[in-house]
Amino acid sequence: MTKKKKETQKMNVQETKTMETQKEIIPEKKTPKYAHRLKIENDINTDYVISGRYKFKIQDPKELAKHIFEDLEPDFGAKIKSGDFLVAGDNFGCGSSREQAPVALKAAGISAVLAKGYARIFYRNAFNVGLCLVECDTRFIDDMDELELDIEHNVVRNISKGINIDIKPVPRIMMEFLKRGGVIEYFKEKKGFEGLV
Amino acid sequence: MKQTIVEKIFSDHSGKRAKAGDIIIGNVDFCFGQDGTSGMVIDSFRKLEMDHVHSKNNFCMIIDHSAPSPNMGVSAIHDKMRNFSREFGVRLFDVGCGVCHHLVPESGYVTCGDLVLGADSHTCTYGAINAFSTGVGSTDLAIALASGKNWFKVPETIKMIIDGKLPKGVYSKDVILHIIGDIGADGANYKSVEFYGDIIENFSVDARFTMSNMAVEMGAKCGIMEADKKTIQWVKKHSSRDPRSIKADSDAKYCEIREYDLSGLSPQVACPHTVDNVENIEDVEGTKIDQVFIGTCTNGRLEDLEIAAKILKGNKVAPGVKLLVTPASKQIYLEALKKGLIDIFLEAEASVNNPGCGPCVGTHQGVLADGENAFSTANRNFKGRMGNPNGNIYLGSPATAAATAIAGKISDPREYKKRL
Repeated sequence: MTKKKKETQKMNVQETKTMETQKEIIPEKKTPKYAHRLKIENDINTDYVISGRYKFKIQDPKELAKHIFEDLEPDFGAKIKSGDFLVAGDNFGCGSSREQAPVALKAAGISAVLAKGYARIFYRNAFNVGLCLVECDTRFIDDMDELELDIEHNVVRNISKGINIDIKPVPRIMMEFLKRGGVIEYFKEKKGFEGLV
Repeated sequence: MKQTIVEKIFSDHSGKRAKAGDIIIGNVDFCFGQDGTSGMVIDSFRKLEMDHVHSKNNFCMIIDHSAPSPNMGVSAIHDKMRNFSREFGVRLFDVGCGVCHHLVPESGYVTCGDLVLGADSHTCTYGAINAFSTGVGSTDLAIALASGKNWFKVPETIKMIIDGKLPKGVYSKDVILHIIGDIGADGANYKSVEFYGDIIENFSVDARFTMSNMAVEMGAKCGIMEADKKTIQWVKKHSSRDPRSIKADSDAKYCEIREYDLSGLSPQVACPHTVDNVENIEDVEGTKIDQVFIGTCTNGRLEDLEIAAKILKGNKVAPGVKLLVTPASKQIYLEALKKGLIDIFLEAEASVNNPGCGPCVGTHQGVLADGENAFSTANRNFKGRMGNPNGNIYLGSPATAAATAIAGKISDPREYKKRL
């Protein structure tokens, strides 16, 4: 083997090592999370999240998750990857009290919903089952924008647009539920709600 | 500081003076689930690892949304409810008893001043009999079932004063649709609404139920009325418990006061696909209709059936139109039979179905075909609500529904004013 060839081989080895090192780093780097927006913006009701046709038929959340928003945009659910965000306008989750709605969104991989406002029953239900809801101005978030949510600093970063959007702090009670995975876990641990008031 | 009705009810149920914005833990007088939500109530209750319910007499389950069962999946949920009822000794209203929001007050479970939770968004209905009642999810309901309590944020209150004299052929459904169209689907989000005025005073308790039932369609937590003689008479007829009538203080603090003069109001129609998309009948008259549905927790009570029967008597449903009538409870069905109303419906070529929610939720009866238009006395017209996203739903009063069924197109019930 000539010296040159040896050097080339060395370089190759080094390159391979560098690549391996990079590979090791990749899993530590966060996978990008994207925004998903429906064509309609406001008053998205829980019938739209999951139709009554399915809430009675299916008790498995993963199965429910396949049918979210089916009556509005049949392919919508398939585009969502684990950890992505659902983004909407005003009064998200109005209508029926069905808890299958936040359960299906969570099972679909939605890490948090970002909306200008929520209907009250859905708001409680979501945190009760451990789904995070964030109130913020969603005008500057488009479908498939890359987002980063930082609840501690009350900000959502729109990486695609290079802007930070302030979020309304999540109420303390809801954070208590969220960090335990839901209200049942809170209730069992604290043996009631006395600590909330 | 002086208090609103909900501030007083929350004070009574928490043992401390409550004001809007406070978080309180309230004792729940009664709670229930229906077949769309009870499966998850039972799952959540099991997760709480309780071996008994807080009070057997303060809870019930109702099979109404998809009853009788149309498929094996629903049958499994119904079976789960029956088993839970036997295991914990709690009451179950099985197939054909009726729709939860009529059965619960009719069975005497609610009286004035109560705090009631239901795993159904239209639980706000009992505001009409001076109770704080609101819809919650299955897990919140399970917590109330297990502990007799839950936590609440005391809402701010909007005062609505509704005055005037309604023309013949115009009813409480038209009034509440008009208000929802005015304020919008989230106009009262997270708020309590107190209803006052001549129009409310002149309404029967049945008519008042229709108004409170739809409070959630403007986002409200409850839609509550003061108790008058009619209220007390109604609750005493159905419940053995003493009513605790609650009035707001005259100088209670409201976040908003809205005044309406509805003299001369036209019949109102909520057009597809939102409840706040409300038009005067003059603007939608003539729209072709394929199916008419009279019933539900909004408008399936005796008075509603009587109004529809006055218009339908001696008439036939237009060729090609399906008219479905669903009394809200077995009791109402029996009374309607005695009064000859069922004869009138059948002679008009209607299909009279078993008490329950009927086609409202689109899970077991009266599912629309692609492109069909329905006229319904229900409370929601969301795309897909009656089982097909390619159908359209218009909402209005039982009178408008009956006139529409005869004509096969949206029609003004004031044409029948001599009968009303």
